Amino acid sequence: MPTIRLSIPESARKNEVIEIKAMIQHPMETGYRRGMKGEVIERDLIKFFKCTYNDKLIFSSEFFPGIAANPFLTFYAKAEETGELNFSWTDQNGVRWNETRTLTVT
Amino acid sequence: MMKSCSISLIAIAGLAACQPATQTDERTYLPGNEIKSGFDFLTQSTQEQQQDTFENPGFLWVERGDSLFSSAEQSSPSCADCHDDGLKGVAANYPAWNEDTKTLQNLEARINYCRTEYQDLPKLEYESEDLLSLTAYVSNQSLGMPVSVELSDQTKENYDNGERYFFTRRGQLNLSCEQCHNENWGKKLRGDMISQGHGNGFPAYRFEWQTLGSLHRRLHDCDTGVRAEPYPLGSQTYIDLEFYLAIRASGLSIETPAIRR
Repeated sequence: MPTIRLSIPESARKNEVIEIKAMIQHPMETGYRRGMKGEVIERDLIKFFKCTYNDKLIFSSEFFPGIAANPFLTFYAKAEETGELNFSWTDQNGVRWNETRTLTVT
Repeated sequence: MMKSCSISLIAIAGLAACQPATQTDERTYLPGNEIKSGFDFLTQSTQEQQQDTFENPGFLWVERGDSLFSSAEQSSPSCADCHDDGLKGVAANYPAWNEDTKTLQNLEARINYCRTEYQDLPKLEYESEDLLSLTAYVSNQSLGMPVSVELSDQTKENYDNGERYFFTRRGQLNLSCEQCHNENWGKKLRGDMISQGHGNGFPAYRFEWQTLGSLHRRLHDCDTGVRAEPYPLGSQTYIDLEFYLAIRASGLSIETPAIRR
């Protein structure tokens, strides 16, 4: 399980625009590099990220080999109602990592 | 004619390669009032990234180290069971002399010593994610504290070894550490600015590596860079050099996890 770091306010006023930051520990190996002994380092990429807010998609992103290791995203959302934010990363083999946070809207 | 010519060329090449490693004639030292952390050689945006505890990817390892520190493996006690107050300030004093083993140990070696001696666990491999995470976590507890290692009678020999290593020309390029980091810091080496070569930010996240790495990995890269045979990570030679570098960097703040190019 890779380390995932999230930065989201715990609460926000209705219609407030909140900043969301998400980082996941991942090598984003392109498959083009070679190791110390000349061996090919196998491709290992995250392909897709999405964030849902009460099951509604609010942000998604497709990743490619040019993305640096430990991809870090910052995006914004409008606080509408108290609910769950779900973050998920899916790698090239369909393995998925999830994290959930609750946002309280006052 | 052709043949004798090529033989003499080989002879010259052979002669050059057989030259013993020599010390540079005059030792240049860093003036005490001009000690600068690698941080000062970064662009402003990279400095900001290092100081932002969220944006700095090194904190992925610090966070992982935090959970490793307090979680017990099998039936062994966790690190936190003994060190219940944490280890604030400890990393600033490493490498340090271990009276039980009669050796100079860096933080990685000390963590592995604790594992085998007190936790009944196998050593962690140098540069493994777990050892990097624990080292980063323990070093980060000394964030902002000045590097202050102790030079004693017992560690004098280690210091001398480290200093000799620093001032010895090596590799096909025949360069010593000192020639870049004492004589030419602040100047450009291709597109990059040469730093003074301090270890106060390690384990550090290097963009070139795209990951967190130990100081020994950095030393390994320097040796490879001058085309010298590098020493194994965790070897006593590198620990002695790390010790010399720590004394050379006395007073600089611990920045772990720093960001370096």
